[in-house]
Amino acid sequence: MKKYLAFIPFFLFVVTVHLLTSWTDTLYYLTQMTMSAYYCLLIIGLCVVMGYAGQISLGHAGFFAIGGYISAALTTSNLIEYRDLPLVRLLDSMGMLMTGQDIYGDTLIVITPWMACLAAVILAILLAYLIGIPALKLKGHYLAMATLGFGIIIYRIVLATPYFGEADGIAEVPAFVLFGDISVSGDFSSRVSNYYIAWILLTLGMVLLINLIDSRVGRALRAIHGAEDAADSMGVDTTAYKLNVFVLSAVFAALAGVFMTHYNGSIGPSEAGVMKSVRYVAIVAVGGMAHLWGALIMGITLNFLSLRGVFGTYDDAVFGVILIFIMLFAPNGLLRINFRHVATQLLFFRRAGKKEA
Amino acid sequence: MALLELDSVHKRFGGLKAVNDVSFAVEEKSIKAVIGPNGAGKTTLFNLIAGSLPSTSGSIVFNGQELNRRKPYQIAGLGIARTFQNIKMFNGMTALENVMVGRHVQSRAGFISSMFRLPRTWQEEKDIYTKAMGLLDFLEIGEYANMEATSLSFGQQRAVELARALALEPTLLLLDEPAAGLNIYETAEVGRLITKIRDLGITVLLVEHDMSLVMDISDEIVVLSFGEKIAEGLPVDIQNNSEVIKVYLGE
Ligand SMILES: Nc1ncnc2c1ncn2[C@@H]1O[C@H](COP(=O)(O)OP(=O)(O)OP(=O)(O)O)[C@@H](O)[C@H]1O
Ligand SMILES: [Mg+2]
Repeated sequence: MKKYLAFIPFFLFVVTVHLLTSWTDTLYYLTQMTMSAYYCLLIIGLCVVMGYAGQISLGHAGFFAIGGYISAALTTSNLIEYRDLPLVRLLDSMGMLMTGQDIYGDTLIVITPWMACLAAVILAILLAYLIGIPALKLKGHYLAMATLGFGIIIYRIVLATPYFGEADGIAEVPAFVLFGDISVSGDFSSRVSNYYIAWILLTLGMVLLINLIDSRVGRALRAIHGAEDAADSMGVDTTAYKLNVFVLSAVFAALAGVFMTHYNGSIGPSEAGVMKSVRYVAIVAVGGMAHLWGALIMGITLNFLSLRGVFGTYDDAVFGVILIFIMLFAPNGLLRINFRHVATQLLFFRRAGKKEA
Repeated sequence: MALLELDSVHKRFGGLKAVNDVSFAVEEKSIKAVIGPNGAGKTTLFNLIAGSLPSTSGSIVFNGQELNRRKPYQIAGLGIARTFQNIKMFNGMTALENVMVGRHVQSRAGFISSMFRLPRTWQEEKDIYTKAMGLLDFLEIGEYANMEATSLSFGQQRAVELARALALEPTLLLLDEPAAGLNIYETAEVGRLITKIRDLGITVLLVEHDMSLVMDISDEIVVLSFGEKIAEGLPVDIQNNSEVIKVYLGE
């Protein structure tokens, strides 16, 4: 039970933020807090890949984009012209279609968000296996390279495909009705409820991953990170575990993309950019790699600041600098920074500098 | 009946014949020692049996199954556990967690059931914990269970590694220099422990440089020199074997 204790301050924080913004009439902050929570869903998944399985993915923005774009495209493409096709009829009879109206009042027949979400997750799983199987058979950082390539391809595809809106992306994405009146949407009237929906989903993700880390599977993953050949000798199929945890993180990223897109009502190609992937890696590193709560805290803080525009035009550069700083001075993350290590590193640089002079 | 049979096993590293035409068998529920000077190929032989290295040629049969071309994790699944000459603890994990990893092949929980903590996973986790804790107690290091394994002393880490290997419930246990770096009292203790493990019905194949330990506990001994088997037999025969004496005095 001890491992769940951290959820108490977590809940207090979530409620406090809501109350504070409500009293000070600054509810608009909740919008960025909601978006940060969705980004964090991706980040905690990546944290397990990097911190516990010791692999780096530079393509998580790609999986996020798959989630976002598939749900956006499927829930906005009007099937009304095709309604007599057998396939469309089949979908309809299975309850996978819904009707709505566009801004001009014309009738739309589209795929439901649930079905679109399912399709997005399945596609993310297939692609993750497709990349992971060859890349993880080899030892070393092949996954980083393969995912980097994947990320670039996804970015180029969404940028060049009319179906995905090219440079404009896809807008007018409908609300995702989870159940009853509860739906993920960007309506001003539901800002508070959406804030809580996002944080509940993030909590759910955290619980699942904390359970995973402290289980047979989690121990196997950490063993691989600790001493791969010894883990192998203890009966751990190291390749399969690395692959499955990568696929799991791809699912988290895709779901984050799905929810974010329904919340924003739109998605654009910048979400698929490689610098976004680098940003996620930087956040996991700054949070301490093998540290889910650290990744979460840093994910919320940095994404919130970024979304508020604090970093201005240096937005991407800031995350690059963070990554370099962490690798040089605080390999265990900012929350577990070792000041002695920083001091020796700085001293070393001064000496090295003097020698050159 | 022989539990493990090596038949004309070869391992070449480039031009170096690290293991050259080695054949022997290990009887069930016995303790067999592999001895030989440094660089004789003992660790390499263990790596071939455990699947960490592919053999160049020859066959290794365990319990009637050919081990060649199987991956280490598959061989572990068949019931062969090992310890390493240079201890390999899982960094960042406690002594207890290290041993719990040893229960891997004896448990089932996958990604989904682990994430959702299904009832049977609960039960399994409790079982893993109890067994691992029991082994730490058996090796008298229970009090260090929650300490990071790499922070323990050399001797304690050896004990954790042994507990981890035993957690697998192996039929065959490969021990690579279990007494290296230990003092004479600890070495004697390890000797008693290995005998106890054999009495539990586990077959032990060990590499060891400490001759008094080897002579004391082994049922049979194989001697390697420059990758070749130069003698095999009972401890008394090996002690009086002129070729073995020559190899050891020549060192
Ligand atoms: N992976 C490898 N690549 C190349 N050569 C190797 C490799 N592993 C071992 N060797 C060589 O094979 C020979 C046998 O080494 P091995 O480690 O098996 O000896 P050993 O009998 O265990 O020695 P020690 O008693 O010192 O542990 C040595 O000459 C060693 O240098
Ligand atoms: Mg050796």
